[in-house]
Amino acid sequence: MNLDTIHWALVGIWGLLALASLIVYAISKRSDKNMTELVQRTQSWWVMVAIFTVAFLVSNTISIIVFALISFLALKEFFSMIPTRRADRRVLFWAYLSIPVQYFWVYDSYYGMFAVFIPVYMFLFLPFASLLSQQTDGFLKSVGTFNWGLMLCVFSISHAAFLLILPATPDNSAGGAGLLLFLIFLTQFNDVAQYTWGKMFGKRKIIPGVSPNKTWEGFLGGVGTTFFLSILIAPLVTPFDIIHAAAAGLIIPVAGFVGDVTVSALKRDLGVKDTGSLIPGHGGILDRIDSLTFTAPLFFHFTRYFYY
Amino acid sequence: MLQKIFYIFVKIAVLFLLGLNVRRKEWLPSTGPAIIVANHNSHLDTMVLMALMPLSKLKDIKPVAAADYFFSSPWKAWVSEHVLGIIPVERGGADKSEDPLEGCYNALTEGKVLILFPEGSRGEPEQMTDLKKGVSFLSERFPDAPVVPVFTHGLGKALPKGSFLLVPFFCDIFIGKPISWPGDRTQFMNALKERFNALSAEKTFAPWE
Repeated sequence: MNLDTIHWALVGIWGLLALASLIVYAISKRSDKNMTELVQRTQSWWVMVAIFTVAFLVSNTISIIVFALISFLALKEFFSMIPTRRADRRVLFWAYLSIPVQYFWVYDSYYGMFAVFIPVYMFLFLPFASLLSQQTDGFLKSVGTFNWGLMLCVFSISHAAFLLILPATPDNSAGGAGLLLFLIFLTQFNDVAQYTWGKMFGKRKIIPGVSPNKTWEGFLGGVGTTFFLSILIAPLVTPFDIIHAAAAGLIIPVAGFVGDVTVSALKRDLGVKDTGSLIPGHGGILDRIDSLTFTAPLFFHFTRYFYY
Repeated sequence: MLQKIFYIFVKIAVLFLLGLNVRRKEWLPSTGPAIIVANHNSHLDTMVLMALMPLSKLKDIKPVAAADYFFSSPWKAWVSEHVLGIIPVERGGADKSEDPLEGCYNALTEGKVLILFPEGSRGEPEQMTDLKKGVSFLSERFPDAPVVPVFTHGLGKALPKGSFLLVPFFCDIFIGKPISWPGDRTQFMNALKERFNALSAEKTFAPWE
């Protein structure tokens, strides 16, 4: 039965989280350093996994709505931290409205429109909406920031939701839900793995001008861990054969890293440490989904090309 | 009752549409007599400050607002008094026979918490103007009532003066240490200004022009 695989996968995630929490608890008891952030991080993981589990178990529609809300929060965070023009208030409003529309295409399985709505129609419409205020000072800069915000926060993230409506196939009884779980789990696990490897063995800086804490050791350790995990769990929840499982196991950690440093570059430019304060211990929601903004579209098209 | 129902909706809307980053919420006084002093950028200011309070305390929290604006028509006056719990203050001071702050004195005597916007008007969004001295008279008369400065940012971007379209932005609410009566009105105003400067310097805000 198809639900069973997904249920076991969720049980596995909860088990892993419980184990991680025990380790964090043990470390924070032993160490005399201030571990508040690590403890907060772990607590936030429980909340995020709980929200995700509930959405997953209730229905696809609820999961799509949850992703739409994530896009909304991320876009709000983006617009709140970048410079904006007062004249563009109305344009920002239109940009927000693209979220329900984009996720409706997901719900409607209307792939053709889903794939072009933001990069064609919104990208053409927003500059027009902006020129209506007749304030051309900073027009180019504004338009660029709207487009990129929609790209990161709405278009990219909606690809994760679109996985959900991919149907089950003979070699994959878990269907789209299994693929989504695979993507989210590996993306987030890879973040933690790269961070942990970096903390433990990090020496050679990988891109100090953007993210001084990122190291080659963290990056390669994360890629390796995620690669093996991908090969291990792909047969359970995806239709991938071993070659494709290996490819996915490279695409996700590498794209995740690129997404992470891309948002880091943005934060560095703006002179902020976190994109917000929504998730205790993690920062803002964009801090949490930065990797997903790159892994979701890449993984989606990879899957769609080879299996659908 | 009406006020509670209204603020349940406001709380949900504030949480979902805006999203607040509140620093040191525990410093907000919920029992009076006390005075909350905030900068003023938007109609949302009062709503958000009220929404931070527990529902059971709302009846004791009194925003002080311009009589000429909020009591300009009978139904506006009814909403202002019964739903928002506003204490009206006459601006301009044409009538010298009555102290414009009388309503505030009475409320503080009754142990209420006042919300005051000493900039007087919402003005240009996200720009602080000079503080009016009215609050120093209140503090002089009630030296034991803590005066709590609250700096907000982002509400003027979400709903500036003259606009009816609410655009979602995350907003910052920074609560400062209460000011105790220094014994002199000028010193009090200086202390207040300093507190606001310190609060607004806590974070670099995204430019908005």
